Amino acid sequence: MSGDVAAAVTGEGTLSHARTRAPAYVEDVVRAFMVATIFWGVVGFLMGTLIAWQLAFPLLNLDLEYTTFGRLRPVHTSAVIFAFGGNALIGTSLHVVQRTCRARLFGGPEAGWFLFFGYQTFIVLAALGYVMGVTSSKEYAEPEWFVDLFLTLVWVVYLVVFMGTLMKRQEPHIFVANWFYLAFIITIAMLHIGNNLQLPVSFGGSKSYLVPAGVQDAMIQWWYGHNAVGFFLTAGFLGMMYYFIPKQADRPIYSYRLSIVHFWSLIFLYIWAGPHHLHYTALPDWAQTLGMIFSVMLWMPSWGGMINGIMTLSGAWDKLRTDPGLRFSVTAVAFYGMSTFEGPVMSVKAVNALSHYTDWTIGHVHSGAMGWVGFITFGALYYLVPVLWKRERLYSTKLVAWHFWIATLGIVLYISAMWVSGVMQGLMWRAYDELGFLQYSFIETVAAMHPYYVIRAMGGVLYLTGALIMVYNLWKTATGAEPRLAARPALTAQAAE
Amino acid sequence: MPTKIEKDAVTGKMTTGHEWDGIKELNTPLPKWWLYILYGTIAWSVLWAILYPSFPGLSGHFRGILGWSMRSEITEQMAAARAEQAPFLDRIRAASLEQVRNDPELLAYAMAGGRVAFADNCAGCHGAGGQGARGGFPALVDDDWIWGGSLEAIQQTIVHGIRNTQDADARLSQMPAYAGVLTRPQINDVAEHVLSLSGRSTDAAAAGRGAAVYAENCVACHGERGEGVRDVGGPALADAIWLYGGTKAEVVAQITNPRMGVMPAWGGRLDEATIRMLTVYVHTLGGGE
Repeated sequence: MSGDVAAAVTGEGTLSHARTRAPAYVEDVVRAFMVATIFWGVVGFLMGTLIAWQLAFPLLNLDLEYTTFGRLRPVHTSAVIFAFGGNALIGTSLHVVQRTCRARLFGGPEAGWFLFFGYQTFIVLAALGYVMGVTSSKEYAEPEWFVDLFLTLVWVVYLVVFMGTLMKRQEPHIFVANWFYLAFIITIAMLHIGNNLQLPVSFGGSKSYLVPAGVQDAMIQWWYGHNAVGFFLTAGFLGMMYYFIPKQADRPIYSYRLSIVHFWSLIFLYIWAGPHHLHYTALPDWAQTLGMIFSVMLWMPSWGGMINGIMTLSGAWDKLRTDPGLRFSVTAVAFYGMSTFEGPVMSVKAVNALSHYTDWTIGHVHSGAMGWVGFITFGALYYLVPVLWKRERLYSTKLVAWHFWIATLGIVLYISAMWVSGVMQGLMWRAYDELGFLQYSFIETVAAMHPYYVIRAMGGVLYLTGALIMVYNLWKTATGAEPRLAARPALTAQAAE
Repeated sequence: MPTKIEKDAVTGKMTTGHEWDGIKELNTPLPKWWLYILYGTIAWSVLWAILYPSFPGLSGHFRGILGWSMRSEITEQMAAARAEQAPFLDRIRAASLEQVRNDPELLAYAMAGGRVAFADNCAGCHGAGGQGARGGFPALVDDDWIWGGSLEAIQQTIVHGIRNTQDADARLSQMPAYAGVLTRPQINDVAEHVLSLSGRSTDAAAAGRGAAVYAENCVACHGERGEGVRDVGGPALADAIWLYGGTKAEVVAQITNPRMGVMPAWGGRLDEATIRMLTVYVHTLGGGE
């Protein structure tokens, strides 16, 4: 026993152990991904706040083509989803897969650095294109063909690195987080290729056109769009949840059986739910019905993840008071549960007839994006930065609490403003007077939304403020005066008690 | 390596015996309520797929036992809405504009329909209440009519528009640019004269000199005392209403290089009853004649 307890992680992340020698994990790349996550997070939140103010005060479009809402909006969505979320997913997945497989990254630091710089290049190319007006005009898939091809190359390397590490694993079973990460990597590859089957007009030019047209194009777009939510923003971040919440709470995962059933039901059902984005359009009735019922069936598979995340805290609820990082992770799971209930409700055609094309959809997306994706990432960062930079603790727990409350208030302002605005908008659009004439003109609904747009933008300012507090805190943690940990107890030591 | 299955001290549940990087798992069974709701949503989905159009086949698709379709639903709803409005709209089409104007029931209906049509089609240029907008968009709430304010004249303007290229019968007129026709002092003088028509000239001598220039160049379209000439859409100059601004500089700019408004023809875009309601609505806004 004493040999186990003496096992230690050195400054290089090497586990010295008499019986099981853990490999030297590749950590520099993970650190770089975490820095990129934080950087792009701030960029994405800033862009979101800017375009929120633009919607409230159109003067802020500045009358320049480069700064109009139409061009900056994809910069915001891509920055938060693919740059902030993507770097968080790739970085944490490389960390988690090595630790839970007890295997050094397949391909070593060389493959890791290619992945890092390749992915950042993709982000910069995409963002520059949006601002310059180079766009395929497909929502969440705006990059043109040459950027798509480049991303495909980077993504295949990611798949090889991840799969290779899994295959080298020293553990008999694959950890649940890795199922989710792998589902995310494979499905995103399939979606990315399927949704970008496009022919360049010329090899020297940036413009291309999609092979499918009309409603087929729309259906493929929302098959992609919905599963970008399902596999990028859900499956991937569930992988994050399954590692970081047990780590932060220091408790076993609530139910292995639930993790199996909800994993397979989630990935089987999600892929069919896309047509609910095209209710009451040219899409045939049968496809709309299937999109709706698959969305309704998704409710419990989604909640399986919420149950496993929250119930893992049984026996450790008191930690919520002392560890605001864990508070972020658990609140994220609560927002996840709320959004994944709201989603199936909105997919029901009778509800969708009111909510579609309104701000309600925007509110729904942001309760998921700011509440679930953002908070689970903040929770992971507050855990991972001290681990990666070998610090005993964060620079300031108090600042984490400030970040938590300011960001939570920001989300509440944002989503409640969008709920009120969206429902009002939907009701105004469909209101008839007693003689059968429309009650409101379109512009009257726009004018009525103005105060809610201002509230929403203020919510964005709070969320951004919280993130800046995090940047300061993590910066001080990584560079602070506190000595680096020379050694800390090996994680396997606890298990061997 | 799999560690042994053990009892979790806090919950009393067994672990699975797996362990990764210090993380273990409990072997908790699926929560009953979770499983039953999952089964419930599946049963509901099966039922829904039987009732409504659902599964695709090689030719067509299963139509659902209720026989519902999006297309038939919207067709029925539109037909019902049309049937409800038809009696009034028929009467509005059959009556003269004057009769609509004088029949309280028809007038109320036309005002309701005209308000919506105005808000969706006209408010962009003429303002939500018909108050007009800077830059040449005339107000419709006053009695200053460029092309005429009678019911017939308003209808004519709406149906055919002004200076557009879509409608051969669009109202048409053009003010020449006087940049090359008059000298700078002449333009200054005539601008002073124009301002004097509404009592706002600050240079009586220049205004006096400008009267001759005005008589020679402007009278045909704007009238002897600036009262305007509606046949050619020449706006009145003697009132305090200015399309492109009433300062001296703005008047000079308009004489030098004039701007003129364009209005699309609504005849092909809006149906006859809507145009008639719109006509009455605009006529009733303020200064209908």
